[in-house]
Amino acid sequence: MTTTDTHEHHGHAHGSDEPHIPTDRYFINVALVLALVTALETSTYWWPDGMQTVATVALIIMMTIKFFMIILVFMHLKFDNRLFSLLFYMGLFLAILVYCITLASFRFFF
Amino acid sequence: MADTAVHAGHESGHHVTTTGLSNNKLAMWLFLGSECLLFGGLISTYMLYRGRTGDGPGPNQLFDIPLTSISSFVLLMSSLTMVLAVNSAKRKDDANTKLWLVATALLGSLFVGAQVYEFTAFYQEGIGFTTSLFSSSFFTLTGFHGVHVSIGVLMLLALAAMITRNRVAGDKAEAVELVGLYWHFVDVVWVVIFTLVYLIPA
Repeated sequence: MTTTDTHEHHGHAHGSDEPHIPTDRYFINVALVLALVTALETSTYWWPDGMQTVATVALIIMMTIKFFMIILVFMHLKFDNRLFSLLFYMGLFLAILVYCITLASFRFFF
Repeated sequence: MADTAVHAGHESGHHVTTTGLSNNKLAMWLFLGSECLLFGGLISTYMLYRGRTGDGPGPNQLFDIPLTSISSFVLLMSSLTMVLAVNSAKRKDDANTKLWLVATALLGSLFVGAQVYEFTAFYQEGIGFTTSLFSSSFFTLTGFHGVHVSIGVLMLLALAAMITRNRVAGDKAEAVELVGLYWHFVDVVWVVIFTLVYLIPA
């Protein structure tokens, strides 16, 4: 398989070495969604005390959505070669694994 | 033939590599992957010690959520200006690239200013680095992040100055993209810190 073949399979524009990158308007729309999610996150601060468990779950979901929107769209992982994703996810998953084990050994979760 | 390819690659600002990908970009992603381990350790340490406040106030009495929300919004918008700088650089539009780089640096400076204000307010309330395990882990985590943002601001301003003086060696768009990757990573780390440290009740 040639380099050109690899590029085409990973979302690169045909006949070009550069990945297809969306327009400024697309990035502005993504930023508006991120701002909206941030506003929703902040609103949980004023939710009643009885809804703390729901707020915690909602916050983790919103954090995950924001995290992946930034790395996939703003950092272009969605449009770029998979090798870049592999390098980053290796570090991310290793960190999550190691520190979840560490926190569990300190009885953080239970 | 290989010589011709290398020569053509140098002329267009791209180096020919065995993977067909930029080695600089690969190195940056590897670096960012390793940074996950650094911040993972700092966040885990904070999560373990956030209840160890000693005689001092805890996170629920200290944090100013409206202020932190505004600074989070500012950092988020700096990611937008950064991606606009990257797009401008890819279009070889130097004027807009510099404009968006400086705008990103300004927003980053605003964020750092808000963090300095927050630290000063905590200190005036009697919370120092060694007051409790909570304060030590909090200042270490947010301080490390603040240093990363400050380094990012310096990188952005240096890059804008280098573009002005036409001193960027190699592919200009790639240089902007590499600084952009670092900047977005700093933003993504704050997304995690903002939720886990400030918003989820201790």
